[in-house]
Amino acid sequence: MAMLAQLHYWAALPEIVILAAASLILLIDLFVPDDRRHVSYWLTQLTLLVAICVTLTTLRLDSIKGYNGMVIDDMLADFLRIACFIAVSLMLFYSRSYMIARGLFRGDVFVLTLFALLGMQVMITGNNFLTLYLGLELMSLSLYALVAAQRDHPRGAEAAMKYFVLGALASGMLLYGLSMIYGTTGSLDLDTVARAIYARHDSALLLTFGLVFVVSGLAFKLAVVPYHMWVPDVYDGAPTSMTVLIGTAPKIAAFAMTLRILSGAMQGAAFDWQGMLIVLCVLSMVLGNLIAIAQSNLKRMLAYSTIANMGYMLLGFLTANRYGFSAAMFYTIAYALTSLASFGMIMLLSREGFESDRLDDFKGLNQRSPWWAFIMLLVMFSLAGLPPTLGFYAKFMVIESAINEGFVWLAVVAVVTSLIGAFYYLRVVKLMYFDEPAETAPIVVRGDTWVALSANGLLLLVLGILPQQLIGLCAIALTQSNFP
Amino acid sequence: MGAPLTTPYLSLAIWVPIAAGVAVLGVGRDRDAGLARWIALIGAVAGFVVTIPLYLYFDTSTSAMQFVEYADWIPRFDIHYHLGVDGISVLFVLLNSFITVLVVWAGWEVITVRVAQYMAAFLIMSGLMNAVFAALDGILFYLVFEAMLIPMYLIIGVWGGPNRVYAALKFFLYTLLGSLLMLVALIYLYSVSESFEILEWYKVPLEMRTQILLWIAFFLAFAVKVPMWPVHTWLPDAHVEAPTGGSVVLAAITLKIGAYGFVRFILPILPDASRYLSGFVITLSLIAVIYIGFVALVQADMKKLIAYSSISHMGFVTLGFFLFSQLGIEGALAQMLSHGFVSAAMFLCVGVMYDRMHTRLIADYGGVVNTMPKFAAFMMLFAMANAGLPGTSGFVGEFLVILASVKANFWLGFAAAITLILGAAYTLWMYKRVIFGEVANENVAKMKDIGSREFWLLGVVALAVLVMGVWPKPVIDVMHASVADLLTIVSRSKL
Repeated sequence: MAMLAQLHYWAALPEIVILAAASLILLIDLFVPDDRRHVSYWLTQLTLLVAICVTLTTLRLDSIKGYNGMVIDDMLADFLRIACFIAVSLMLFYSRSYMIARGLFRGDVFVLTLFALLGMQVMITGNNFLTLYLGLELMSLSLYALVAAQRDHPRGAEAAMKYFVLGALASGMLLYGLSMIYGTTGSLDLDTVARAIYARHDSALLLTFGLVFVVSGLAFKLAVVPYHMWVPDVYDGAPTSMTVLIGTAPKIAAFAMTLRILSGAMQGAAFDWQGMLIVLCVLSMVLGNLIAIAQSNLKRMLAYSTIANMGYMLLGFLTANRYGFSAAMFYTIAYALTSLASFGMIMLLSREGFESDRLDDFKGLNQRSPWWAFIMLLVMFSLAGLPPTLGFYAKFMVIESAINEGFVWLAVVAVVTSLIGAFYYLRVVKLMYFDEPAETAPIVVRGDTWVALSANGLLLLVLGILPQQLIGLCAIALTQSNFP
Repeated sequence: MGAPLTTPYLSLAIWVPIAAGVAVLGVGRDRDAGLARWIALIGAVAGFVVTIPLYLYFDTSTSAMQFVEYADWIPRFDIHYHLGVDGISVLFVLLNSFITVLVVWAGWEVITVRVAQYMAAFLIMSGLMNAVFAALDGILFYLVFEAMLIPMYLIIGVWGGPNRVYAALKFFLYTLLGSLLMLVALIYLYSVSESFEILEWYKVPLEMRTQILLWIAFFLAFAVKVPMWPVHTWLPDAHVEAPTGGSVVLAAITLKIGAYGFVRFILPILPDASRYLSGFVITLSLIAVIYIGFVALVQADMKKLIAYSSISHMGFVTLGFFLFSQLGIEGALAQMLSHGFVSAAMFLCVGVMYDRMHTRLIADYGGVVNTMPKFAAFMMLFAMANAGLPGTSGFVGEFLVILASVKANFWLGFAAAITLILGAAYTLWMYKRVIFGEVANENVAKMKDIGSREFWLLGVVALAVLVMGVWPKPVIDVMHASVADLLTIVSRSKL
């Protein structure tokens, strides 16, 4: 009995739900004829809804470790899990028509998406280097396959190959770094590692060395400079439905994993990783924004915008205190929400044989549909960090935490680079509002997509005016989870 | 505090136009432009009506904030929805709401494409600008200060002239550069004082080096908005390309926001740095007054001429602020109000001619008085006001500022007074070339005089210009207590 109580299997209840449902859908899908594929689709959506409900009902204010300390369930985990569920659910809403038009509306795509989601959840809840690594690999392998899901599409295959090779390299680096940390501390358990690092007296060169590799591996997953080379190619080459999957929920999971490893286990070495993150942060903000200017393809532009945005996220993270972490968390969620809507808009304008991923495809959108132009306007201003949108508070919070920690010069770099960023986001607004449409085909939108995307877009405005609840949640999640 | 309050007048002044703007967007289709126009006009008038109590119930005997509204907003950062006006800001709320009615009216027949969006952009902009003048919380101020850029960007870009895209982008990026650094300064003040209350910041001690760095950040934000030489180059572009309504709002209100930032933020929060750097600002102001006055003289485009004249007039405002005297600051504020009316009127006049001729070049006109006598009379009045003729509102502010300059230093006053000559030169010379003389060409001969809509539009502004010029006392009285209080704060060292 004692052993079973130690197990605390319910700490991973949402994961169990997703795993069971993924297996079930895999089986059911075998017996679903092609014209009834939406059965699998709605089952997937139902799974996500159930998972959200399960997470909400098992919401707890304290933290609990399950499976002999392999996973941890706390406010942070619950909150980020729900964010991932919502992100994946919205991604499915937005990409339905897109996937149908491209032969991607298949059971295996749904199942792989759920497995990727499972991997993200493990990354969010892992409390052991091995669990975290397993989660990362589960997510990555599913995503590699999803990028290549359009078999006869050479660019997709190329993107998948690049993603796979570079991703494997990053995983290798992470693993190598983790093994060095294991070598110095003698444990894979995050809490034990944390204690060992706090207790060390000598200058552990090996530990710092390991840290470098760990940070590199994480930086790859977060897509920050100089580990960003895969991002534009993968974003551009993958089908947009998969780009939105790669660009949103995994960022939340990567944030959680970074937080668990760097703060949960290695807060004692905060001084060391802080310096590394400052470099990554500045490079990402500068290069991401500068290169984005030169892009004529919207997906590539958004890829560089991701890089820049992750740089801003690090600005909060590198303060290495609870306020900075909660700012970074807010940033990640705000970014995911904005990014979802941006790719949602691309898929909305695309149709069979037309990707709508060039900037020029947005020309004169205001004349074709004022409503969608308005939504895209909100998205762009939110990405640029202008009030009254959610993106403003995200930038405000990370800059505030940096200034509070004495990094005023970093704050100045951040605002100057965001001015550069404003230039290319404004260009999209310019195309939509100031130019004449080149394309006159009517915009056909499914009812559910209409509701989901409109709600997503308006949420950027509503949360931009009334952000206090989300700010409060991010603060509580970190306070309850005992981060320093 | 004034009379006990039950009605949140300031919130109404902010949210009535915004709600009207959203309503216009909601119901106004492109096919049904008339409905959009009427809703916009009702919204704009309602927005003006709710601001009238602000003047009627204003207590001129106190410098404290009045009509205060205070509510929690973001507890994590101690940000509040805190509104209030004093003698410095209250008149601008009124001015802004008044100008919004004019703008909606001025665009009535002229704007034919995407009418609903046009009207909505101006109404939302109007609400945001009222919020700028009423905000007493640093972040609330910043929020609306920035958000304002979005409708203006669209106004210039969608309904503007041939080079509108360039002008809109230049306008946006220029202003954004300044304001982003201000954000850093605001957050820095928060980290020092643990509060985003602007009035708290008046009391927080700051050492000289910090003050100067913060001063630079704030100065960039507001100097771009004013605009001061040499960061003024966006204004002529924006004015020329913007539709008439856009130019009116830009000149009448947006520029005032920059100047308002000086008295609300820079002077009281950073008094030592302000005194230390006053010579610098005065120099820039004089360059604006004199050099830009000469630049205005050689313009071939009427809108550009008025744009440069705006910069020159705003130089007077910043000059008045940094003399640190009651006369100077009151003169500057009076100048801001007067310029709000006069520049709006001048742009409306150019708009009236542009609607008929579709050109803004002075050379294309001549002898307009023969075909449009009523219009010529109105424009005469506004040109005189722009030149600072006694009896018009333009005289009050300029006179007070020159008086204050002479008191500070004779040669300073002398240099400032040059503007009276220059202003008269460029305005009246333009007036002469456009209005007087023989009918220049057959296009001018075909021009029709103003209709009743344009007559009342210009008539209302003309009345305001004359009343303020002849009897400025009610306006100056409102400012008195607040300006005196401001000067005490500025004279107190924070080191």
